Amino acid sequence: MPDTLIAPRPGTTPDTAPRAAAKRVLSVRDMAVEFPLHQGSVRALDGVSLDLHAGRVLGVVGESGCGKSVTARAILGILDRPGRIVGGSVNLDPGTAEQQDLAALDPNGGVMRDIRGSRIGLIFQEPMTAFSVHYTVGNQIIEGIRAHGNVSKTEARKRAIELLREVGIPRPEMRIDAYPFQLSGGLRQRVGIAMALACEPDILIADEPTTALDVTTQAQILDLLRRLQRDKGIALMLITHDIGVIAQMADDVSVMYLGKVVEFASVEQLFNAPRHPYTRALLRSVPDIRAVPRQRLATIGGAVPHPGVRPSGCAFHPRCPEVIEGRCHNEAPPPVPPDQDGASCFRMELAEELVS
Amino acid sequence: MSDAGRTVLEVDGLRKYYPIRSGLLQRESGRVRAVESVSFSIDRGETLALVGESGCGKTTVARCILRALVPTAGAIRFSPEQGRTIDLAPLPRRALRPLRRHIQMIFQDPYASLNPRMMVGDIIAEPLLVNGMGAAARQARVQELLELVGLPRSARTRFPHAFSGGQRQRIGIARALALDPTLVIADEPVSALDVSVQAQIINLLLDLQDRLGLSMLFVAHDLAVVRHVADRVAVMYVGRIVEVAETVSLYTRPRHPYTEALLAVVPKADPALRAAATPPRGEVADPANPPPGCAFHPRCPHAIDRCRGEVPELRRIDGGNWAACHRAVELSLAGVA
Repeated sequence: MPDTLIAPRPGTTPDTAPRAAAKRVLSVRDMAVEFPLHQGSVRALDGVSLDLHAGRVLGVVGESGCGKSVTARAILGILDRPGRIVGGSVNLDPGTAEQQDLAALDPNGGVMRDIRGSRIGLIFQEPMTAFSVHYTVGNQIIEGIRAHGNVSKTEARKRAIELLREVGIPRPEMRIDAYPFQLSGGLRQRVGIAMALACEPDILIADEPTTALDVTTQAQILDLLRRLQRDKGIALMLITHDIGVIAQMADDVSVMYLGKVVEFASVEQLFNAPRHPYTRALLRSVPDIRAVPRQRLATIGGAVPHPGVRPSGCAFHPRCPEVIEGRCHNEAPPPVPPDQDGASCFRMELAEELVS
Repeated sequence: MSDAGRTVLEVDGLRKYYPIRSGLLQRESGRVRAVESVSFSIDRGETLALVGESGCGKTTVARCILRALVPTAGAIRFSPEQGRTIDLAPLPRRALRPLRRHIQMIFQDPYASLNPRMMVGDIIAEPLLVNGMGAAARQARVQELLELVGLPRSARTRFPHAFSGGQRQRIGIARALALDPTLVIADEPVSALDVSVQAQIINLLLDLQDRLGLSMLFVAHDLAVVRHVADRVAVMYVGRIVEVAETVSLYTRPRHPYTEALLAVVPKADPALRAAATPPRGEVADPANPPPGCAFHPRCPHAIDRCRGEVPELRRIDGGNWAACHRAVELSLAGVA
């Protein structure tokens, strides 16, 4: 990837490797996370499965409380207390001799610490919280580089400047000595990306990376993320509540609702023919930049329930316009298989029966 | 002010500067020009959206109209009733008090803007109480307001924490409407809400516009939301309005390159429309140190020498849009369908 300046932009390149041909680098299966609280245990994740593929972008979308951030934190072993993984596995390099289950590792142990950074990089929503205010951005990137490799200080500094240049920071040899508060939000997020890339991970998890940014800056950062991801063949897990960002960035999409993946599909499939009633309702409720004047939006009745009071059966049934009386209340629909398009909904079965 | 009867608010040459002080004696060493000569008007029953990126001055304009801030210069002519117009800009605190009931605010964060220790009924009734309404009348009015915003009667005796973000925003709206205000200022009223809830609140605002003929200043950054609710849109950049037009005209035929750029970079909820356009380079200019000439020129793909030296005036372009761009007439800019 010699010249990043002439790199293709999103949407103008031939498509990425098809999912079936891409190498699976991380595989989450039936992950369950609980937060034991005074009032009882809150199940934040309830059987989440997903795969990350080299060179592809998995978008994870859902409303607040759906568990999208918890999924990222569970994978990385950085759940907020008192949250803990109570079931399932997180396999790195699944199906190879090096396969290891991250869920079984000590989250604070040396192995896990090494994997964070050198195998899996993390990009936060507000990069300011990811940095210490007391150190220059250079210090922090250099520390990251040196923590994961036997590199001299001068060497690490040279590499840090290179990284800052790569993420599009003007005059990196000067900015490296800036403190985080001296940088704009857009520049801080670029530094955040540089830091995540410092140890050349092959997996990146970006949790709402552009939510705090203005729309022109957001476009620049998404552009940068997509370019780096393509050039380096990174498996990117992009977590966002913004349906527009999903449409622009993702190859595949997992839609989450109350701690479960309710639909998984390629991005075209999801937007052209959404299967789950929640996905359908969600897509219809998005404001449209091409709307006619005073156009009403389709709405979903009610609000997302608190994860502590999960409805019985299918958790979406109280809000579902297509609820099957006597069934969805009592029985949970089968989960979505993580490797093929589908939805966790009894209506799917009915539709399939109709076809066959 | 050609048609004084229809105009609710006329902002004329509004400026708001903040001094930058430095040194031992805290001498004024510069000024942040947060708002630099902003003019617009809102008709009765009309919703004007004020859009732009952070630091463009849109919230400062709103706060000047509310007179939470004292403007540096300019007039804010407000008509609480037909035939009566008052300039709010120079008024002292005491003279503002009787006028405050006519301009109400809907806030962004429904979690921070409601007193957690007050029952919902009392929160909504507070402005009524302050304005001397009796207990029975207050109760009836609260009931009416709850119904208006789609909350159950039982909400009256409950506390804000029992409600979701969307319901809290309904409570905030009910309180803002309690005194039948002439003008409502909504500052990012749906940007803290989840998509499905956001849609409910947008629909509620549209219903209220229809039913009550609300006049509204809608401050927002989300151009898709604005397209649904606004009659006209004013786009701000570094303290100035760079374009103002009827909503459809602004979106389909923008006349300022900044408006074009904003429309191009909004992530469209359609994978078939992946952005091929290059996002504008650089970042929003610092209002303490704006570029000379047109503040957008360092990021503008169409900039010419004139743009670097001369501030463009906001002027009417054929088609009805007002744009502050030297090249507005000759450029053919792309909008969204």
